[in-house]
Amino acid sequence: MGMLEGKVAFVTGAARGQGRSHAIRLAQEGADIIAVDLCSQIGTVPYPMATPEDLQQTVKEVEALDRRIVATQADVRDTAALTAAVDEGVAQLGRLDVVAANAGIASYAAIEDISDEMWDDMIATNLSGVFKTVRAAVPHLKANDGGGSIVLTSSTAGIMGMAHLSHYVAAKHGVVGLMKVFAIELAPHMIRVNSVHPTTVNTDMVQNQGTYDLFRPDLAPGTATRDDAGDAFLTLNLLPIKWVEPVDISNAVVFLASDMARYVTGVQLPVDAGSVVK
Amino acid sequence: MGKLEGKVAFITGAARGQGRSHAVRLAQEGADIIAVDLCSQIDTVPYPMATAEDLQQTVKEVEALDRRIVASEADVRSLPALQQAVRDGVAQLGRLDIVLANAGIAPMGAEEDPSVSWQDVIDVNLTGVWNTVRATETVLVEQGQGGAIVLTSSTAGLKGIGGDSGGGQGYTAAKHGVVGLMRSFANTLAPHRIRVNTIHPTGVNTPMVVNEFMQTWLAEDPTIAGAMTNLLPVEMIEAVDISNAIVFLVSDDGRYVTGVTLPVDAGFTAK
Repeated sequence: MGMLEGKVAFVTGAARGQGRSHAIRLAQEGADIIAVDLCSQIGTVPYPMATPEDLQQTVKEVEALDRRIVATQADVRDTAALTAAVDEGVAQLGRLDVVAANAGIASYAAIEDISDEMWDDMIATNLSGVFKTVRAAVPHLKANDGGGSIVLTSSTAGIMGMAHLSHYVAAKHGVVGLMKVFAIELAPHMIRVNSVHPTTVNTDMVQNQGTYDLFRPDLAPGTATRDDAGDAFLTLNLLPIKWVEPVDISNAVVFLASDMARYVTGVQLPVDAGSVVK
Repeated sequence: MGKLEGKVAFITGAARGQGRSHAVRLAQEGADIIAVDLCSQIDTVPYPMATAEDLQQTVKEVEALDRRIVASEADVRSLPALQQAVRDGVAQLGRLDIVLANAGIAPMGAEEDPSVSWQDVIDVNLTGVWNTVRATETVLVEQGQGGAIVLTSSTAGLKGIGGDSGGGQGYTAAKHGVVGLMRSFANTLAPHRIRVNTIHPTGVNTPMVVNEFMQTWLAEDPTIAGAMTNLLPVEMIEAVDISNAIVFLVSDDGRYVTGVTLPVDAGFTAK
């Protein structure tokens, strides 16, 4: 008996990485899934973003668990598309209980090198996208007698400052502000709202040359390897590990989404190998 | 298959309330238990504390789950007593993986001498937690297989609640101090893959809160009662809610969670 039998979860950025892992872990606990992903490139993002094939793979893996999934290509920056995706998912799956606002992008530059376009893409996706996700989902959650659970994916960069990430850090701190407001506003409906704060996670958003270069400014651009970057990632964490796996974030999401955490709301939960407390 | 098969957990304040609930919940997940409790009264505590019969009840409930438990009466204010309990428990159960520093008192309100109440609550709720980690960290380090420690703080470990009595101020100071201990131990024990976190319960339905004295104290000071309101529309939460958060933190589900202050407080600190 899973911890989420009979529940339906809405996951953004579900084509790969943490989003796919959340879809699978939630499905393993019995939930059906409404999945969206942009499945397309954003101009200022320096690594290849997810594809329609990636989203299809998530569909396969959820269906292999005998759970239902309604997957749509939709942009978290596009209110109409998001609302249509959620409404269609609820129409097919019957309800909505859990929201994992996970979609996010990364890019890196010194303050004076962050272009207006980089700034706008980041805020639009990682901050406004989270707001639009929750706004589209809330009417369905309020329809439940027993409330619901919303988990916003922030970052250790939502708690601490990090060089060359002005736009990312601002967006991820902003997510904490949203979480606090949502928690207060939705508490009377027994809808709980929390944020998770991962350290470096072993996904394509991190495992790419742009990130390797950022973390190894001592090496010539384009030459830092996964191992070189791993040595730098290790120094971020208190526990002796280079990165955590997507499933570690998913396990925290499952905890927060389930009755195990029925009275946990308004909480920032780092899953960060001690990075913040270091 | 439980999340804690083959593990052994040391729990202080295990005779009743949250401590008993932790023992039972961890045992449900497969852990064997080393349990201690004072099982005696402290003069400045205005409600009846746990008894030897309470601790025996915890033993029964863990054994009913087909798990082993080594229970003894020990005072968290005594490092040698804790060390002895840990030694005996590990000798019988073979290892140690999890430490729950749960024992605590709430001597707030009417008091003869505020200094005595202050000292008692600092001794039990702060020094007792420090002793609990000191009595166990060597075992965890020498075992060399990591571990998970959860220190029970409170919403009073994050906010300035607790009233203006010596015991209440001591309670808030001690529970804030527990966060400092957690952050220090998280740093020093991380190289050994030992994780350390705090939990911060709001009012929990246990004998420490649900007793005549505490209810009168809350009723007599509306500013305190008002400050005790949760964000979610629930008056009080259950001991098992704290135990469930602990299961997450000490299991592989939380294998990379360390240095975290985790409120289980119905939004109390988010108001």
